[in-house]
Amino acid sequence: MRVMAQMGMVMNLDKCIGCHTCSVTCKQAWTNRAGTEYVWFNNVETRPGQGYPRRYEDQETWKGGWTLTHRGSLKLKAGGRVQKLLGIFASPVQPKLADYYEPWTYDYQTLVEAPLGDDFPVARPKSLITGENTKITWSANWDDNLGGTSEMGHLDPIVAKLNDSVRRESEEKVRFELEQTFMFYLPRICEHCLNPSCMASCPSGAIYKREEDGIVLVDQDRCRGWRQCITGCPYKKIYFNHKSGKAEKCTFCYPRVEVGLPTVCSETCVGRLRYLGLFLYDADRVTAAAATPDEADLYEAQLDLLLDPSDPEVIAAARRDGIPDDWMDAARRSPVYALAKKYRVALPLHPEYRTMPMVWYVPPLSPVVDLLAAQGHDAEDRGVLFGAIEALRIPVDYLAELFTAGRTDIVTDVLRKLAAMRAYMRDVSLGRDGDPSIPAAVGLDEETLYEMYRLMAIAKYDERYVIPTAHVERAHELEEIGCSLDFDEGPGMYESGPFGEASGRPAPVAVETFNALKQRQTSESTTPTTASGELRGRVNLLNWDGRGAPPGLFPDDSANGSDGGRTGDAS
Amino acid sequence: MNTFLWGVLPYLCVASLVGGTVWRYRYDKFGWTTRSSQLYESRLLRIGSPLFHFGILLVFFGHVGGLVIPESWTDAVGVSEGLYHFNSLLFGGIAGVCTLAGILILVYRRRTTGPVFMATTRNDKLMYVLLVGAIVLGLWTTLVSVGAGSEAHNYRETVSPWFRSVFLLRPDVASMAAAPIQFHIHAIVGMLLFALWPFTRLVHAFTAPLHYLFRPYIVYRSRDRQTSGNRASRPGWSGVGTTDRDPRR
Repeated sequence: MRVMAQMGMVMNLDKCIGCHTCSVTCKQAWTNRAGTEYVWFNNVETRPGQGYPRRYEDQETWKGGWTLTHRGSLKLKAGGRVQKLLGIFASPVQPKLADYYEPWTYDYQTLVEAPLGDDFPVARPKSLITGENTKITWSANWDDNLGGTSEMGHLDPIVAKLNDSVRRESEEKVRFELEQTFMFYLPRICEHCLNPSCMASCPSGAIYKREEDGIVLVDQDRCRGWRQCITGCPYKKIYFNHKSGKAEKCTFCYPRVEVGLPTVCSETCVGRLRYLGLFLYDADRVTAAAATPDEADLYEAQLDLLLDPSDPEVIAAARRDGIPDDWMDAARRSPVYALAKKYRVALPLHPEYRTMPMVWYVPPLSPVVDLLAAQGHDAEDRGVLFGAIEALRIPVDYLAELFTAGRTDIVTDVLRKLAAMRAYMRDVSLGRDGDPSIPAAVGLDEETLYEMYRLMAIAKYDERYVIPTAHVERAHELEEIGCSLDFDEGPGMYESGPFGEASGRPAPVAVETFNALKQRQTSESTTPTTASGELRGRVNLLNWDGRGAPPGLFPDDSANGSDGGRTGDAS
Repeated sequence: MNTFLWGVLPYLCVASLVGGTVWRYRYDKFGWTTRSSQLYESRLLRIGSPLFHFGILLVFFGHVGGLVIPESWTDAVGVSEGLYHFNSLLFGGIAGVCTLAGILILVYRRRTTGPVFMATTRNDKLMYVLLVGAIVLGLWTTLVSVGAGSEAHNYRETVSPWFRSVFLLRPDVASMAAAPIQFHIHAIVGMLLFALWPFTRLVHAFTAPLHYLFRPYIVYRSRDRQTSGNRASRPGWSGVGTTDRDPRR
């Protein structure tokens, strides 16, 4: 057993309102640059729908992920090593820009500069690729809210699969008429897989998984732009920066996570549906689990990899493998572990790709509830809900194709738990006694069901995001190792090096401002000073929080006889 | 003149090639990429690029065979001059024609596909001129040899000894000077191409990912100790917009 830690995410799809705030803030933070105009590290898809890039789930076309050889070992679906190298000069399976969309902007300048006339000036769309006038024909969420799905819904690979094979005998098809259809939103980021096929596809070996937290990153200095990772990733979450010629991907906001802050998409999520925390897994068994012969068993195999951080054996092994104690503590409080393994309500996206994805989803009960409510039923009643989960096969089949490689029994179990939580808590919040038969019907006890309710419905900030602080402590260690003058008030205390301001080795900015701000905002005195009376740390207009008067920020007004410590009403 | 062309220029080019590559690798790893344009256009690339690349690989191995292996060695294993010459012209000719066809498709694609042409720098254009020039001139030497039949010039008695002597640091200027003019021009353009090589996108050839065949599939790396937290801004973070492509602004 080799214990490794993995930062993971769970998204509770019932809460997603499809507002795209995560996508927009992520784009502003990471891909608001030339060369990545078409790139969305985080995107929100309406399902049923084609997704982004279009039909990315059709692996017969796109050749992403792993497959099994006839001997039962893992092999990249796009081919073995020699085959991949032979195809390097023109990648045989590669999404074109049209499969994503052609990014555009508008000619806003015309609005300002157009001469006075009878007609309103119009800001015409301009392609960000060619700079020419363009027609907007597709985008990252063109079929948002089932837009156009009555015409194009059959292009969803899962709909196609359900309609073609699974349901042929019952002649029951996925419908897109308004009163018969269902929908939910699926926010997607990089899955930071345990067995990433992008990494395995990279000829240069530029993609790596961090030992400490399992975040998958692209080394921009080693990437040579061979583009094989884009084929390799079945989720199509690696993108080609067409300006720099390098692959780029979701970074799990590692500079934020390192200092204990949640990712941008999680922090800004309006529905508070994202959970961040640690998984512990057995790295020695990953390949064997990914090579599980039957696709339908992959979810269980993946679940088996996750180790219980309260198990003494695991704790001993983790200590041996160098996982700090506070990380173990974070792993025990991890919301993602609780949702995935303890309550078993979170499921991986497309386990059949055999990449062991580490972003999990609580499947939505809302398609079922919405259909019931539309038909005039009491959608909170246990009997009605349980019956409906069994009866409304199409949403369940669809979810099973997404999350369990077709295992409807697992999806049904999860939905029944969610339904039980609703029904049980309705009694409690109406002041009635909880009905213990409800949790019993789904194999839980009342206490566990209440804990689950607290995590999923109340969802406190510090229960949703348990990000181990060891990152910060380690960064501090490193700083101190780096410069022996970095003691308090020493010349190296976040100060300038021998050749003036900002010379010498840089103090990590995130760590510096995070700690300086936190200390200043939580300290007792209004002017946090050292023993010698100087403000600690470097304070400038960007990180000044309005407390105290940092030296050099204001003109020296001692000549006017006023108190040097006061601020705000400076002359 | 001969001394400069065949005694000095080769060393200047080697210095530029080696020094330039070391400098580029140390200071511009971020720029070390194929700069693929497959995202913009795939149909022509799928034909042209493999044709060119496999062709140029064959051409490369052909040159190694012809320049590095002395004639006496092939004689020793019983390959007559006539047989060698026939083979080199046949396979060299085929590889050369493939390479030329491939690069012509690629240049045509580059010129006619809007986004690809816009992503073409002046550096690229200079590189293409030298590369196409070297290929065309190389095919010219082949054609002249074919035309001359058995009277063809045996470059393995002139060019090849000079090539090897350059690396032995005793450049045999006289034997290269004795070669016909088409070999002279081809060699000069070739040397200039290698001198320019480290400063163009051609550097990607030096990092051909052969180690992919041997490395493990999954790569673990420890967090970058040098740069925890934020870094200073790096290349690749220029703003979005059409400003750089729209001369109006």
